[in-house]
Amino acid sequence: MFFKIALKSLLNRKGSVVMSLLAISVAIFVLLGIEHIRHQARDSFASTVSGVDLIVGAKTGSLNLLLYSVFRMGAPTDNISWQAYQDIASDKDVAWAVPLSLGDSHKGFRVLGTSPEYFEYFSYGNKRKLALSQGGVFEEIYDVVLGAEVARALGYVPGQEIILAHGVVSTDFSRHDNHPFRVAGILAPTGTPVDQTVHVPLAGLDAMHAGSAMSLGSADNAASQFTDAERVPESITAFMLGLKSRMVTFRLQRKINAYGAEPLLAILPGVALSELWQMVGVFENVLRLISMLVLVAAVLGLSAVLLASVRERSHEIHLLRVLGAPPSYLFYLMEMEAILICLSGMALGAAALYICLALVEEALFANFGLHLSPGVLTGDSLIIVALVMSAVLVAAAIPSMRVYLQARGYNE
Amino acid sequence: MTIELRNVSFTHPDTTGTPLLDIPEWSVAAGQRLFVHGPSGSGKSTLLNLVSGLLECREGEVAVLGERLDRMSRRKRDRFRAHHVGYVFQRFNLIPYLSAIENIELARCFSESRRRQPGGSAIQSLLELLNVASDEWHKPTERLSMGQQQRVAIARALINRPELLIADEPTSSLDQNNRDAFLSVLMAIVNEHDMTLLFVSHDMSLAERFNQVQALSDISRAA
Repeated sequence: MFFKIALKSLLNRKGSVVMSLLAISVAIFVLLGIEHIRHQARDSFASTVSGVDLIVGAKTGSLNLLLYSVFRMGAPTDNISWQAYQDIASDKDVAWAVPLSLGDSHKGFRVLGTSPEYFEYFSYGNKRKLALSQGGVFEEIYDVVLGAEVARALGYVPGQEIILAHGVVSTDFSRHDNHPFRVAGILAPTGTPVDQTVHVPLAGLDAMHAGSAMSLGSADNAASQFTDAERVPESITAFMLGLKSRMVTFRLQRKINAYGAEPLLAILPGVALSELWQMVGVFENVLRLISMLVLVAAVLGLSAVLLASVRERSHEIHLLRVLGAPPSYLFYLMEMEAILICLSGMALGAAALYICLALVEEALFANFGLHLSPGVLTGDSLIIVALVMSAVLVAAAIPSMRVYLQARGYNE
Repeated sequence: MTIELRNVSFTHPDTTGTPLLDIPEWSVAAGQRLFVHGPSGSGKSTLLNLVSGLLECREGEVAVLGERLDRMSRRKRDRFRAHHVGYVFQRFNLIPYLSAIENIELARCFSESRRRQPGGSAIQSLLELLNVASDEWHKPTERLSMGQQQRVAIARALINRPELLIADEPTSSLDQNNRDAFLSVLMAIVNEHDMTLLFVSHDMSLAERFNQVQALSDISRAA
């Protein structure tokens, strides 16, 4: 009966109740949404690279190096010589080294020149290796391996021939029309920037540049180079190192940073990632603060709606007292109404969020490589739900107390 | 005796000085149908609230059905009222968005009687007895006519089989026809259940239906 009165009383005041219910659902939408995206972004972020002990590039900021080598964002300030790469890769503590060469794009996707070892050593998430969903890795110098998103967006299949362009922006006049590449394989989705990357062998990338120089009429004997799959480039953008022992990481990092022949920078990806995340963390806290304020506003609105209802329900309160309802009954009745509004608001907000996430997932993934799982109700969001619920209970205590005192007042 | 008051003095907490009620001695025997009249604002409702235990009696003795309300805690008075006292007002007897049936169920849920008797059938027979058509039972009571609402109010007041029925100007919102019908039904039920009826009104024309008539000024010296 208690529940029935609370429910029917709310239905009887639909207008104001629906408004405060919507306010609560907006608040929960914002709170859960921000928390969810924050969480997913951090996970997605932290899992972009793992199992790599050092990333080495030309001397620049460590964030800059991280951004272009791992996230394929921004542009490298300078290249490093093949010689420097060889020197460091042959260090006795180095288990493996994978060169990275950036600077080209294909239809908006970055092209990464690398060695076949890349597919063997690069890992992401919890030390997960790259896996091929179709085809295989490079065998010829004009083979390419596509990230899952590239293949999906462009509709490429293994065996297809594609044209790569020089530079990041795809324009007609800089297309290397004379060098078709063949799609050798397609990687399984990783939820990292790898999905948006076109991988080509270093030799293929170099041959492409040499060929384009030739087509402009200034190339030397490029034809013989085409056949030479073992040819080495003059310079690369960066390289990743795996070490035999993690103990030597800092020693080798110092050694690379002090490399005499040219200025080099070695970073620990994990450290640089957390530095970068800390910068993002400021915005994160601002977002959290804003969502808290939205919650406060919604809860105050709910309190105001309930408080306004006290006056119009004074006959009801008196009647319940005459029927023998103790003042505490009225207190709980008011709290119950707040709980009902809150619960339905939360259900509505969470459902709306779920639908929205499902709708924007594609776009987020395509544009930011941000992979959102639509499961909104995780451990953290249960904390949020509990937080909202207690905020509502506290705010509803004001009108509830008012009703309680009014109910008691009939005794005096 | 159903009601016994002795040396009761009640001063409204907001006003200091002269008491609103000052009753040296007043009693109502079981089975009485007592009509109390007095001008509005003379303390009739206050007297009823003291008898029903809604107001706490700080000075004097109030006994209803042999139980001393002035010695009970508020919680106990609430329970006592729910179980032993039926109440009908001039207006606002029902929660407007609940149906007749739900309003009556609501009255039952504060009384112990709900554990003693089965629910639905008692409510239905009571509504039938009061000539409330069955197609009105499930409508929100705000959609019923005033006359119907007052009859549902009687049903609500009677569902817990109270020994004492208090009526506070119950006919003042009704027209002449409804008023007569209401009183007839009320009297029939009170007779049938052998309850004590305490009926308060300013309308002396109703007095002839009662077997005892008192002016509030005869009960209370202050009035």
